[in-house]
Amino acid sequence: MDIQSPGKLIELLDRHAYLADEGLATAAFLALRMGRPLFLEGEAGVGKTELAKTLAALLRAPLIRLQCYEGLDAAQALYDWDFARQLLHLKAAEAAGVTDVGRLEGEIYDRRFLIARPLLKAIETQPSVLLVDEIDRADDEFEAFLLEVLSDFTISIPELGTIRAETPPVVVVTSNRTREVHDALKRRCLYHWLEHPGYDREVAILLRRLPRCTEALALQVARAAERMRQAGLVKPPGVAETLDWTEALLTLGAKELNPELAAATLGAALKYREDVVSVLGGGLLSHD
Amino acid sequence: MTDQDAPEDAGGLVATMTGFARTLRAAGVAADHDRTQSLLAALAHLDVTDRAAVYWAGRLTLCATPDDLPRYDRCFAAYFSGRRATLARTAVTSVTRHLAAREDPGGEEDGSEDATAAPATASRAEVLRHRDVARLTEAERAEVHRLLALLRDRRARRRSRRFESAHRGALDRRRTIREALRKGEVARLRRREHASRPRTVVLFVDVSGSMAPYAETLLRFAHALVMSEPRATRVYSVGTRLTPVTAELRHRDPGTALNEASKVIPDWSGGTRLGEELREYLTRFSARGAIVVIASDGWERGDPGLLAAQMARLSRQAYRIIWVNPHKGYEDYQPLTGGMRAALPYIDDLVAGHSLAAYEQLSERLAHA
Repeated sequence: MDIQSPGKLIELLDRHAYLADEGLATAAFLALRMGRPLFLEGEAGVGKTELAKTLAALLRAPLIRLQCYEGLDAAQALYDWDFARQLLHLKAAEAAGVTDVGRLEGEIYDRRFLIARPLLKAIETQPSVLLVDEIDRADDEFEAFLLEVLSDFTISIPELGTIRAETPPVVVVTSNRTREVHDALKRRCLYHWLEHPGYDREVAILLRRLPRCTEALALQVARAAERMRQAGLVKPPGVAETLDWTEALLTLGAKELNPELAAATLGAALKYREDVVSVLGGGLLSHD
Repeated sequence: MTDQDAPEDAGGLVATMTGFARTLRAAGVAADHDRTQSLLAALAHLDVTDRAAVYWAGRLTLCATPDDLPRYDRCFAAYFSGRRATLARTAVTSVTRHLAAREDPGGEEDGSEDATAAPATASRAEVLRHRDVARLTEAERAEVHRLLALLRDRRARRRSRRFESAHRGALDRRRTIREALRKGEVARLRRREHASRPRTVVLFVDVSGSMAPYAETLLRFAHALVMSEPRATRVYSVGTRLTPVTAELRHRDPGTALNEASKVIPDWSGGTRLGEELREYLTRFSARGAIVVIASDGWERGDPGLLAAQMARLSRQAYRIIWVNPHKGYEDYQPLTGGMRAALPYIDDLVAGHSLAAYEQLSERLAHA
């Protein structure tokens, strides 16, 4: 797909109901053009993962997701051999009276016994969008390993040889910044810090994503979200949460935000009890 | 691929952009050669006459943390309006000078200028060990700092989720079968166990006015911790703002490390608003499972209620909270300041931090935390 400018990409993303600003669009545009991974950092719920999903839809490419966690290692991220099937194959060969050891060894390290984990899958699938989600949760050994894969998009498997991506996948790496990610990895990437959207953009996002939402409700929800983000809560709501909240309000048939409806649905936006208490008690939702 | 592409007729553009990167470096953004090359490669795909496009190309390639962004904005505005970002540069020099003024005149090894500080006997060293660093002569302080640099912490370890092979432990199916496939039979059972890793230490060093006599020694202690466990130590200065200084403290030489850290700390000798800063920390980062060390005298200028709430949050995340208070070293000390009182219910250990011996004890405590 030929995308000539960041402006064009904004349009295309909009068609998939993702409203990007110029910064994010330029970041994604350059990532596509330069074949570089895009490192997206920002608080939870600002739309990092959503961007990867939308890019996949837009490029008509499968989204391959690697969710990071502590202890994640190469066998879970790259590939693994299917030992059970290999053993079965050996048993079967033995039963059939095959004794040629060299031949047997060649057979059990065949591609069909290889289980592709997300990174190998992304390199083998073209085109594809690879989402490395929440890299800050993996430990630093994994970062070094990922850096290696992302540097040349090749994976060498001792028993099988080197597998190289003809066209590198589009890579989106996200971090919630619970931990500083090593600079060597960021250096490989384009770095973008994603902020919560401003009031106007949030209204636009609500209306774009939830066609049933009235303008009055969108304005009120966006205003409330803006106040909540300034109120120093434990976990201020992200766009994902305001969307959930609005959806909850719509499910109750709300046309406008009032204290009763808000109290009934606030759990969709806020995930800590002390936040709910301080928002309801602090008058953050009263009059607009 | 296109990373190597340079814009055509790029002489002027290259000079302008490398100049811009240099300005950013002077303001403390790590905009090195590689990143400048990325910027040039990015510009090849964009309309370089469009100011916004140039802004974003630079921000996406030259910046690496949210802390870089305000500096980037300042430099961009200044540089591309013709006026170089001199402001940021003067700010950096002034703090460097601030620290230089308090640096030991004799430097690292040289404590001998002072004729009275003759060869230290063992007993003298022992006395020095217990004296309050705020009351030492420059030469004595240099000696303490030298000893501090030799401190190696034997950090308590925790069980990792990651496995490593071991002689005992659960059966490692993967390795056992893999070996069996290679050799044709199960020769021996392989075992694996959870690896152990050092516990992360998150250290907050109060650099406000009332802590001024201790700030440098504390940062040197922080440097020793970073040197011992570079990947498992995170250091922040607190005062009126939260500033990460771990990267700066990774320099092997303590003097250089301290100098680098002092360049990025904007709020020497101001007040303390620990509550707000801990809130910022908890919003942006996490202290899950870490040993948190807060070095402060607890002279809180902000709202003690806020501090208490943040300490409560911190204590739910952290493995242990150790509060280092220089005044704790005195027998008649009582934690009466507003900040101390607010924090006290959430602290696991309240320890002294006024002398070399106190730091050695603190290091010991990290080993047994």
